Amino acid sequence: MSPSGAELLREIKSRIEEIDPSKVHELVDEGVAIIDVRETEEYGAGHLPGAKHVPKSYLESRIEGVVPDRDAHIVLYCQSGNRSAWAARTLEEDLGYTNVASMTGGITLWKDRGYEVDVPRTLTAEQRERYSRHMLVPEIGMEGQQKLLDAKVLLLGAGGLGSPTALYLAAAGVGTLGIVDDDVVDLSNLQRQVIHTTDRIGTPKVDSAEQSIHAINPDVNVVKYQTRIDASNIVEIIKDYDVIVDGVDNFPTRYLLNDATVRLKIPVVSASILGFDGQLSVFKPYEGPCYRCLFREPPPAELAPSCGANGVLGVLPGTMGLLQATEVVKLIVGIGEPAIGRLLLYDALGATLTEVKVHRDPECPICSRDPEEIRDEELGVFPDYEAFCAAAG
Amino acid sequence: MATIKIPPVLRASVGGEKLISASGENVGDVLKDLAANHPATQDQLFSADGELNRYVNVYLNDEDVRVLDGLDTAVGEGDTLVILPAMAGGR
Repeated sequence: MSPSGAELLREIKSRIEEIDPSKVHELVDEGVAIIDVRETEEYGAGHLPGAKHVPKSYLESRIEGVVPDRDAHIVLYCQSGNRSAWAARTLEEDLGYTNVASMTGGITLWKDRGYEVDVPRTLTAEQRERYSRHMLVPEIGMEGQQKLLDAKVLLLGAGGLGSPTALYLAAAGVGTLGIVDDDVVDLSNLQRQVIHTTDRIGTPKVDSAEQSIHAINPDVNVVKYQTRIDASNIVEIIKDYDVIVDGVDNFPTRYLLNDATVRLKIPVVSASILGFDGQLSVFKPYEGPCYRCLFREPPPAELAPSCGANGVLGVLPGTMGLLQATEVVKLIVGIGEPAIGRLLLYDALGATLTEVKVHRDPECPICSRDPEEIRDEELGVFPDYEAFCAAAG
Repeated sequence: MATIKIPPVLRASVGGEKLISASGENVGDVLKDLAANHPATQDQLFSADGELNRYVNVYLNDEDVRVLDGLDTAVGEGDTLVILPAMAGGR
Protein backbone atom coordinates (compact mmCIF):
# COMPACT_ATOMS: atom_id res chain seq x y z
CA MET A 1 0.00 0.00 0.00
CA SER A 2 1.25 3.48 -0.81
CA PRO A 3 2.33 5.51 2.20
CA SER A 4 0.16 8.40 3.37
CA GLY A 5 1.39 11.94 2.82
CA ALA A 6 2.36 12.21 6.48
CA GLU A 7 4.30 8.96 6.37
CA LEU A 8 6.11 9.99 3.22
CA LEU A 9 7.02 13.37 4.77
CA ARG A 10 8.44 11.62 7.85
CA GLU A 11 10.43 9.34 5.59
CA ILE A 12 11.77 12.28 3.57
CA LYS A 13 12.71 14.19 6.72
CA SER A 14 14.75 11.18 7.79
CA ARG A 15 16.69 11.33 4.52
CA ILE A 16 17.48 15.05 4.37
CA GLU A 17 19.40 17.29 6.72
CA GLU A 18 17.28 19.44 9.03
CA ILE A 19 18.80 22.43 10.72
CA ASP A 20 17.60 24.44 13.71
CA PRO A 21 16.87 28.18 13.34
CA SER A 22 19.59 28.97 15.90
CA LYS A 23 22.15 27.34 13.59
CA VAL A 24 20.74 29.15 10.55
CA HIS A 25 21.00 32.42 12.47
CA GLU A 26 24.72 31.78 12.88
CA LEU A 27 25.07 31.02 9.17
CA VAL A 28 23.30 34.16 7.89
CA ASP A 29 26.50 36.16 7.58
CA GLU A 30 28.63 33.29 6.30
CA GLY A 31 27.60 33.25 2.67
CA VAL A 32 25.07 30.46 2.91
CA ALA A 33 22.25 30.68 0.34
CA ILE A 34 18.96 31.00 2.22
CA ILE A 35 15.96 30.23 0.04
CA ASP A 36 12.35 30.95 0.93
CA VAL A 37 10.20 28.38 -0.90
CA ARG A 38 6.81 29.78 0.10
CA GLU A 39 4.29 31.58 -2.12
CA THR A 40 4.74 35.20 -3.15
CA GLU A 41 2.20 36.56 -0.66
CA GLU A 42 3.86 34.72 2.23
CA TYR A 43 7.31 35.95 1.23
CA GLY A 44 5.93 39.48 0.92
CA ALA A 45 4.61 39.36 4.47
CA GLY A 46 8.13 38.91 5.83
CA HIS A 47 11.19 36.73 5.26
CA LEU A 48 14.60 35.92 6.70
CA PRO A 49 17.15 38.69 6.11
CA GLY A 50 18.96 38.10 2.84
CA ALA A 51 16.70 35.24 1.80
CA LYS A 52 16.06 34.71 -1.90
CA HIS A 53 12.59 33.80 -3.01
CA VAL A 54 12.08 30.66 -5.11
CA PRO A 55 8.53 29.35 -4.71
CA LYS A 56 8.38 25.57 -4.32
CA SER A 57 6.18 25.35 -7.40
CA TYR A 58 8.95 26.91 -9.52
CA LEU A 59 11.87 25.27 -7.72
CA GLU A 60 13.09 23.04 -10.51
CA SER A 61 13.01 25.77 -13.17
CA ARG A 62 14.38 28.70 -11.16
CA ILE A 63 16.85 27.43 -8.58
CA GLU A 64 19.75 27.34 -11.05
CA GLY A 65 19.27 31.02 -11.78
CA VAL A 66 19.59 31.81 -8.07
CA VAL A 67 22.16 29.21 -7.00
CA PRO A 68 24.08 27.89 -10.00
CA ASP A 69 26.71 26.06 -7.92
CA ARG A 70 25.57 22.52 -7.16
CA ASP A 71 27.95 22.35 -4.18
CA ALA A 72 26.84 25.62 -2.59
CA HIS A 73 25.57 25.48 0.99
CA ILE A 74 21.81 26.01 0.77
CA VAL A 75 19.27 26.39 3.56
CA LEU A 76 15.61 26.12 2.54
CA TYR A 77 12.73 27.24 4.70
CA CYS A 78 8.98 27.63 4.51
CA GLN A 79 6.30 28.44 7.09
CA SER A 80 6.67 25.39 9.33
CA GLY A 81 9.36 23.17 7.83
CA ASN A 82 7.35 20.76 5.69
CA ARG A 83 7.36 22.30 2.23
CA SER A 84 11.07 23.04 2.61
CA ALA A 85 11.68 19.36 3.41
CA TRP A 86 10.04 18.33 0.15
CA ALA A 87 12.02 20.99 -1.65
CA ALA A 88 15.30 19.82 -0.08
CA ARG A 89 14.63 16.31 -1.30
CA THR A 90 14.01 17.64 -4.84
CA LEU A 91 17.24 19.65 -4.86
CA GLU A 92 19.34 16.74 -3.62
CA GLU A 93 17.78 13.77 -5.32
CA ASP A 94 16.49 15.24 -8.57
CA LEU A 95 18.81 18.19 -9.25
CA GLY A 96 22.10 16.99 -7.76
CA TYR A 97 22.67 19.68 -5.12
CA THR A 98 25.05 18.27 -2.52
CA ASN A 99 24.77 20.50 0.54
CA VAL A 100 21.12 21.29 1.24
CA ALA A 101 19.33 21.64 4.56
CA SER A 102 15.74 22.40 5.54
CA MET A 103 15.14 24.72 8.49
CA THR A 104 13.18 23.03 11.26
CA GLY A 105 9.92 24.73 12.16
CA GLY A 106 10.17 27.24 9.30
CA ILE A 107 9.87 30.97 9.74
CA THR A 108 7.29 30.40 12.51
CA LEU A 109 9.92 28.89 14.80
CA TRP A 110 12.47 31.46 13.60
CA LYS A 111 10.16 34.26 14.76
CA ASP A 112 9.36 32.43 18.02
CA ARG A 113 13.05 32.47 18.76
CA GLY A 114 12.99 36.25 18.40
CA TYR A 115 15.13 36.50 15.29
CA GLU A 116 14.81 39.38 12.85
CA VAL A 117 12.45 39.28 9.87
CA ASP A 118 12.66 41.55 6.84
CA VAL A 119 9.29 42.85 5.76
CA PRO A 120 9.78 43.99 2.18
CA ARG A 121 7.84 46.88 0.84
CA THR A 122 5.18 45.38 -1.30
CA LEU A 123 4.24 46.36 -4.79
CA THR A 124 0.69 47.28 -5.60
CA ALA A 125 -1.35 44.78 -7.60
CA GLU A 126 -0.99 47.07 -10.60
CA GLN A 127 2.81 47.16 -10.19
CA ARG A 128 2.98 43.38 -9.81
CA GLU A 129 1.15 43.04 -13.10
CA ARG A 130 3.11 45.79 -14.87
CA TYR A 131 6.49 44.36 -13.87
CA SER A 132 5.49 40.69 -13.94
CA ARG A 133 7.97 39.86 -16.71
CA HIS A 134 10.78 41.26 -14.54
CA MET A 135 9.55 39.17 -11.59
CA LEU A 136 9.91 36.06 -13.72
CA VAL A 137 13.59 36.75 -14.38
CA PRO A 138 15.45 35.36 -11.35
CA GLU A 139 18.29 37.90 -11.74
CA ILE A 140 15.79 40.75 -11.30
CA GLY A 141 12.74 39.52 -9.40
CA MET A 142 11.07 41.51 -6.63
CA GLU A 143 14.38 42.66 -5.16
CA GLY A 144 15.68 43.98 -8.48
CA GLN A 145 12.40 45.67 -9.27
CA GLN A 146 12.49 47.45 -5.91
CA LYS A 147 15.99 48.67 -6.73
CA LEU A 148 14.73 50.00 -10.07
CA LEU A 149 11.79 51.72 -8.39
CA ASP A 150 14.17 53.32 -5.89
CA ALA A 151 16.71 54.36 -8.53
CA LYS A 152 17.38 57.88 -9.74
CA VAL A 153 18.79 58.11 -13.24
CA LEU A 154 19.77 61.34 -14.99
CA LEU A 155 19.62 61.59 -18.77
CA LEU A 156 21.81 64.24 -20.33
CA GLY A 157 19.89 65.04 -23.47
CA ALA A 158 16.43 64.00 -24.62
CA GLY A 159 17.66 63.60 -28.16
CA GLY A 160 18.72 60.66 -30.27
CA LEU A 161 20.27 58.57 -27.52
CA GLY A 162 18.16 59.90 -24.66
CA SER A 163 14.84 59.16 -26.39
CA PRO A 164 14.95 55.35 -26.44
CA THR A 165 16.84 55.22 -23.16
CA ALA A 166 14.20 57.29 -21.37
CA LEU A 167 11.31 55.28 -22.80
CA TYR A 168 12.73 51.91 -21.81
CA LEU A 169 13.94 53.02 -18.39
CA ALA A 170 10.48 54.44 -17.74
CA ALA A 171 8.90 51.19 -18.88
CA ALA A 172 11.30 49.24 -16.67
CA GLY A 173 10.08 51.18 -13.66
CA VAL A 174 13.06 53.39 -12.84
CA GLY A 175 11.53 55.53 -10.12
CA THR A 176 13.06 58.90 -10.92
CA LEU A 177 14.20 60.07 -14.34
CA GLY A 178 15.93 63.43 -14.53
CA ILE A 179 16.20 64.98 -17.99
CA VAL A 180 18.52 67.82 -18.94
CA ASP A 181 17.80 69.47 -22.28
CA ASP A 182 17.36 73.11 -23.23
CA ASP A 183 16.10 72.47 -26.74
CA VAL A 184 12.63 72.36 -28.31
CA VAL A 185 11.30 69.63 -30.57
CA ASP A 186 12.11 70.22 -34.23
CA LEU A 187 10.74 68.41 -37.26
CA SER A 188 14.24 67.22 -38.18
CA ASN A 189 14.51 65.46 -34.78
CA LEU A 190 11.67 63.08 -35.48
CA GLN A 191 13.64 60.81 -37.85
CA ARG A 192 15.22 59.30 -34.71
CA GLN A 193 14.09 61.00 -31.46
CA VAL A 194 11.19 58.64 -30.86
CA ILE A 195 10.15 60.07 -27.50
CA HIS A 196 8.84 63.18 -29.29
CA THR A 197 5.87 63.48 -31.64
CA THR A 198 4.85 65.57 -34.63
CA ASP A 199 2.19 67.45 -32.70
CA ARG A 200 4.78 68.55 -30.14
CA ILE A 201 7.06 70.41 -32.57
CA GLY A 202 8.09 73.61 -30.83
CA THR A 203 7.49 72.14 -27.36
CA PRO A 204 10.45 72.02 -24.96
CA LYS A 205 11.99 68.57 -25.19
CA VAL A 206 11.86 68.07 -21.43
CA ASP A 207 8.08 68.61 -21.49
CA SER A 208 7.58 66.40 -24.54
CA ALA A 209 9.70 63.65 -22.98
CA GLU A 210 7.74 63.89 -19.73
CA GLN A 211 4.46 63.39 -21.61
CA SER A 212 5.71 60.25 -23.33
CA ILE A 213 7.23 58.88 -20.14
CA HIS A 214 4.00 59.36 -18.22
CA ALA A 215 2.00 57.86 -21.09
CA ILE A 216 3.98 54.63 -20.76
CA ASN A 217 4.40 54.68 -16.98
CA PRO A 218 2.61 57.30 -14.87
CA ASP A 219 4.50 56.24 -11.73
CA VAL A 220 7.82 57.63 -12.90
CA ASN A 221 8.87 60.84 -11.19
CA VAL A 222 10.21 63.07 -13.97
CA VAL A 223 12.54 65.88 -12.95
CA LYS A 224 13.02 68.42 -15.73
CA TYR A 225 16.05 70.65 -16.22
CA GLN A 226 15.45 72.92 -19.19
CA THR A 227 18.97 74.19 -19.30
CA ARG A 228 22.41 73.47 -20.69
CA ILE A 229 24.72 71.77 -18.28
CA ASP A 230 27.84 73.78 -17.52
CA ALA A 231 30.49 74.16 -14.87
CA SER A 232 28.27 76.44 -12.80
CA ASN A 233 25.32 74.04 -12.45
CA ILE A 234 26.65 70.53 -13.03
CA VAL A 235 27.39 69.52 -9.45
CA GLU A 236 24.05 70.78 -8.17
CA ILE A 237 22.14 68.95 -10.93
CA ILE A 238 23.89 65.58 -10.84
CA LYS A 239 24.79 65.11 -7.19
CA ASP A 240 21.77 63.08 -6.07
CA TYR A 241 21.60 60.66 -9.00
CA ASP A 242 22.67 57.01 -8.93
CA VAL A 243 23.57 56.67 -12.61
CA ILE A 244 24.02 59.19 -15.40
CA VAL A 245 23.31 58.47 -19.04
CA ASP A 246 25.60 60.51 -21.27
CA GLY A 247 24.12 61.24 -24.64
CA VAL A 248 25.55 64.72 -25.05
CA ASP A 249 26.62 65.93 -28.44
CA ASN A 250 29.82 67.79 -27.69
CA PHE A 251 33.25 67.22 -26.21
CA PRO A 252 33.38 70.06 -23.68
CA THR A 253 30.33 68.74 -21.85
CA ARG A 254 31.64 65.16 -21.97
CA TYR A 255 34.85 66.21 -20.25
CA LEU A 256 32.99 68.36 -17.76
CA LEU A 257 30.63 65.51 -16.97
CA ASN A 258 33.52 63.11 -16.59
CA ASP A 259 35.39 65.29 -14.14
CA ALA A 260 32.32 66.02 -12.02
CA THR A 261 31.16 62.40 -11.91
CA VAL A 262 34.60 61.17 -10.92
CA ARG A 263 34.61 63.63 -8.06
CA LEU A 264 31.12 62.57 -6.97
CA LYS A 265 31.78 58.88 -7.76
CA ILE A 266 28.69 58.51 -9.95
CA PRO A 267 28.84 55.93 -12.76
CA VAL A 268 28.24 57.15 -16.31
CA VAL A 269 26.89 55.06 -19.14
CA SER A 270 28.30 56.77 -22.18
CA ALA A 271 27.55 56.40 -25.87
CA SER A 272 28.19 58.38 -29.01
CA ILE A 273 27.02 58.07 -32.58
CA LEU A 274 28.08 59.32 -35.98
CA GLY A 275 26.84 58.18 -39.37
CA PHE A 276 26.61 54.42 -39.08
CA ASP A 277 29.00 54.05 -36.15
CA GLY A 278 28.40 53.94 -32.43
CA GLN A 279 30.59 53.67 -29.33
CA LEU A 280 29.58 52.62 -25.83
CA SER A 281 31.32 52.27 -22.50
CA VAL A 282 30.57 52.43 -18.79
CA PHE A 283 32.76 54.73 -16.71
CA LYS A 284 32.54 53.74 -13.07
CA PRO A 285 34.84 56.02 -11.09
CA TYR A 286 37.73 54.29 -9.33
CA GLU A 287 36.58 50.82 -10.38
CA GLY A 288 37.46 51.35 -14.02
CA PRO A 289 38.91 53.99 -16.30
CA CYS A 290 37.30 57.39 -16.78
CA TYR A 291 36.65 59.23 -20.04
CA ARG A 292 39.97 61.07 -19.71
CA CYS A 293 41.77 57.73 -19.37
CA LEU A 294 40.25 56.74 -22.69
CA PHE A 295 40.69 60.07 -24.46
CA ARG A 296 43.15 62.24 -22.58
CA GLU A 297 42.60 65.13 -24.97
CA PRO A 298 39.78 66.08 -27.29
CA PRO A 299 40.64 65.97 -30.97
CA PRO A 300 41.31 69.26 -32.74
CA ALA A 301 38.17 70.94 -33.98
CA GLU A 302 38.57 69.83 -37.59
CA LEU A 303 38.47 66.19 -36.45
CA ALA A 304 35.58 66.70 -34.07
CA PRO A 305 32.39 66.60 -36.07
CA SER A 306 30.26 67.43 -33.07
CA CYS A 307 29.65 71.11 -33.39
CA GLY A 308 27.04 71.36 -36.10
CA ALA A 309 24.50 69.06 -37.65
CA ASN A 310 25.84 65.70 -38.72
CA GLY A 311 24.21 62.87 -40.50
CA VAL A 312 23.22 59.79 -38.58
CA LEU A 313 21.25 56.70 -39.46
CA GLY A 314 17.94 57.22 -37.65
CA VAL A 315 17.94 53.73 -36.17
CA LEU A 316 21.48 53.98 -34.79
CA PRO A 317 20.74 56.09 -31.69
CA GLY A 318 18.00 53.55 -30.97
CA THR A 319 20.51 50.72 -31.02
CA MET A 320 23.08 52.57 -28.94
CA GLY A 321 20.53 54.15 -26.59
CA LEU A 322 19.09 50.76 -25.75
CA LEU A 323 22.53 49.33 -25.10
CA GLN A 324 22.88 52.24 -22.65
CA ALA A 325 19.51 51.48 -21.06
CA THR A 326 20.57 47.85 -20.63
CA GLU A 327 23.79 48.89 -18.90
CA VAL A 328 21.84 51.23 -16.61
CA VAL A 329 19.50 48.43 -15.52
CA LYS A 330 22.48 46.13 -14.91
CA LEU A 331 24.22 48.75 -12.76
CA ILE A 332 21.09 49.43 -10.70
CA VAL A 333 20.14 45.80 -10.15
CA GLY A 334 23.78 44.74 -9.76
CA ILE A 335 23.84 41.95 -12.32
CA GLY A 336 26.01 40.87 -15.22
CA GLU A 337 29.24 42.39 -16.40
CA PRO A 338 28.80 46.08 -17.21
CA ALA A 339 31.00 47.43 -20.00
CA ILE A 340 33.53 48.85 -17.51
CA GLY A 341 37.04 49.02 -18.95
CA ARG A 342 35.74 48.07 -22.37
CA LEU A 343 34.70 50.15 -25.34
CA LEU A 344 32.18 48.60 -27.71
CA LEU A 345 32.32 49.77 -31.30
CA TYR A 346 29.21 49.09 -33.34
CA ASP A 347 29.37 49.33 -37.13
CA ALA A 348 25.81 49.28 -38.39
CA LEU A 349 26.73 48.95 -42.06
CA GLY A 350 29.00 45.99 -41.46
CA ALA A 351 26.76 44.60 -38.70
CA THR A 352 29.85 44.10 -36.54
CA LEU A 353 30.56 44.72 -32.88
CA THR A 354 34.21 45.20 -31.96
CA GLU A 355 35.48 45.46 -28.41
CA VAL A 356 38.68 47.11 -27.24
CA LYS A 357 40.12 47.29 -23.75
CA VAL A 358 40.27 50.57 -21.85
CA HIS A 359 42.71 50.83 -18.96
CA ARG A 360 42.90 53.19 -16.04
CA ASP A 361 45.64 55.67 -16.80
CA PRO A 362 47.95 55.93 -13.79
CA GLU A 363 48.71 59.48 -14.96
CA CYS A 364 45.09 60.46 -15.58
CA PRO A 365 44.77 64.14 -14.66
CA ILE A 366 41.47 63.43 -12.89
CA CYS A 367 40.91 59.89 -11.67
CA SER A 368 44.47 59.19 -10.59
CA ARG A 369 43.73 61.52 -7.65
CA ASP A 370 41.41 61.33 -4.67
CA PRO A 371 38.00 62.83 -5.39
CA GLU A 372 38.31 65.45 -2.67
CA GLU A 373 41.46 66.78 -4.37
CA ILE A 374 39.56 67.65 -7.56
CA ARG A 375 38.73 71.35 -7.27
CA ASP A 376 35.75 73.18 -8.77
CA GLU A 377 37.88 75.16 -11.17
CA GLU A 378 39.38 71.96 -12.59
CA LEU A 379 36.05 70.53 -13.69
CA GLY A 380 35.81 70.28 -17.43
CA VAL A 381 38.99 72.14 -18.21
CA PHE A 382 38.78 72.36 -21.95
CA PRO A 383 39.48 74.70 -24.83
CA ASP A 384 36.86 77.45 -25.01
CA TYR A 385 33.72 75.92 -26.53
CA GLU A 386 32.78 78.75 -28.86
CA ALA A 387 36.33 79.00 -30.12
CA PHE A 388 36.51 75.23 -30.43
CA CYS A 389 33.50 75.05 -32.68
CA ALA A 390 34.31 78.24 -34.58
CA ALA A 391 37.63 76.65 -35.53
CA ALA A 392 35.76 73.70 -36.97
CA GLY A 393 34.12 76.06 -39.44
CA MET B 1 50.11 42.87 -44.23
CA ALA B 2 48.00 44.09 -41.33
CA THR B 3 44.47 45.38 -41.62
CA ILE B 4 43.66 48.85 -40.32
CA LYS B 5 40.11 49.76 -39.31
CA ILE B 6 39.53 53.36 -40.31
CA PRO B 7 37.18 55.40 -38.09
CA PRO B 8 34.42 57.53 -39.64
CA VAL B 9 36.26 60.83 -39.22
CA LEU B 10 39.29 59.57 -41.15
CA ARG B 11 37.48 57.83 -43.97
CA ALA B 12 37.42 60.92 -46.17
CA SER B 13 41.22 60.90 -45.98
CA VAL B 14 41.45 57.36 -47.35
CA GLY B 15 38.95 57.53 -50.18
CA GLY B 16 36.02 56.41 -48.07
CA GLU B 17 37.45 52.99 -47.20
CA LYS B 18 36.67 51.31 -43.86
CA LEU B 19 39.50 48.79 -44.04
CA ILE B 20 42.99 49.47 -45.38
CA SER B 21 45.83 46.98 -45.66
CA ALA B 22 49.25 48.28 -44.76
CA SER B 23 52.63 46.71 -44.20
CA GLY B 24 55.25 47.10 -41.51
CA GLU B 25 57.01 45.25 -38.73
CA ASN B 26 55.55 47.35 -35.96
CA VAL B 27 52.64 49.69 -35.26
CA GLY B 28 54.61 52.81 -36.17
CA ASP B 29 55.71 51.38 -39.53
CA VAL B 30 52.21 50.19 -40.40
CA LEU B 31 50.76 53.62 -39.65
CA LYS B 32 53.58 55.32 -41.59
CA ASP B 33 52.76 53.07 -44.53
CA LEU B 34 49.14 54.18 -44.24
CA ALA B 35 50.21 57.83 -44.11
CA ALA B 36 52.55 57.37 -47.09
CA ASN B 37 49.69 56.04 -49.22
CA HIS B 38 47.12 58.45 -47.80
CA PRO B 39 49.00 61.65 -46.92
CA ALA B 40 45.91 63.34 -45.52
CA THR B 41 46.10 61.02 -42.53
CA GLN B 42 49.64 62.06 -41.56
CA ASP B 43 48.77 65.10 -39.47
CA GLN B 44 45.71 63.43 -38.03
CA LEU B 45 47.71 60.52 -36.67
CA PHE B 46 51.10 62.00 -35.85
CA SER B 47 52.29 65.10 -34.09
CA ALA B 48 55.13 67.17 -35.50
CA ASP B 49 57.68 65.16 -33.51
CA GLY B 50 56.48 61.87 -34.99
CA GLU B 51 54.59 60.67 -31.93
CA LEU B 52 51.04 59.40 -32.03
CA ASN B 53 48.65 62.27 -31.31
CA ARG B 54 47.29 62.05 -27.78
CA TYR B 55 43.68 62.23 -28.97
CA VAL B 56 44.08 59.16 -31.18
CA ASN B 57 43.98 55.71 -29.66
CA VAL B 58 45.41 52.76 -31.57
CA TYR B 59 44.60 49.20 -30.64
CA LEU B 60 46.43 46.09 -31.78
CA ASN B 61 43.51 43.73 -32.03
CA ASP B 62 41.74 44.63 -28.75
CA GLU B 63 44.67 46.06 -26.77
CA ASP B 64 45.71 49.71 -26.51
CA VAL B 65 49.23 49.96 -27.97
CA ARG B 66 50.12 52.46 -25.22
CA VAL B 67 50.07 49.61 -22.70
CA LEU B 68 52.11 47.47 -25.11
CA ASP B 69 55.24 48.95 -26.67
CA GLY B 70 53.57 51.95 -28.30
CA LEU B 71 54.64 52.54 -31.89
CA ASP B 72 57.32 49.85 -31.46
CA THR B 73 54.74 47.13 -30.79
CA ALA B 74 55.36 44.25 -33.19
CA VAL B 75 52.62 43.60 -35.73
CA GLY B 76 52.10 40.15 -37.21
CA GLU B 77 50.42 38.92 -40.35
CA GLY B 78 46.68 38.94 -39.88
CA ASP B 79 46.71 41.42 -37.00
CA THR B 80 44.14 44.19 -36.99
CA LEU B 81 44.88 47.76 -35.96
CA VAL B 82 41.93 49.84 -34.79
CA ILE B 83 42.37 53.61 -35.02
CA LEU B 84 40.02 55.37 -32.66
CA PRO B 85 39.63 59.10 -32.23
CA ALA B 86 37.02 60.32 -29.74
CA MET B 87 33.45 60.77 -30.97
CA ALA B 88 30.83 62.93 -29.29
CA GLY B 89 27.64 62.81 -31.35
CA GLY B 90 24.50 62.11 -29.37
CA ARG B 91 21.62 63.84 -30.97
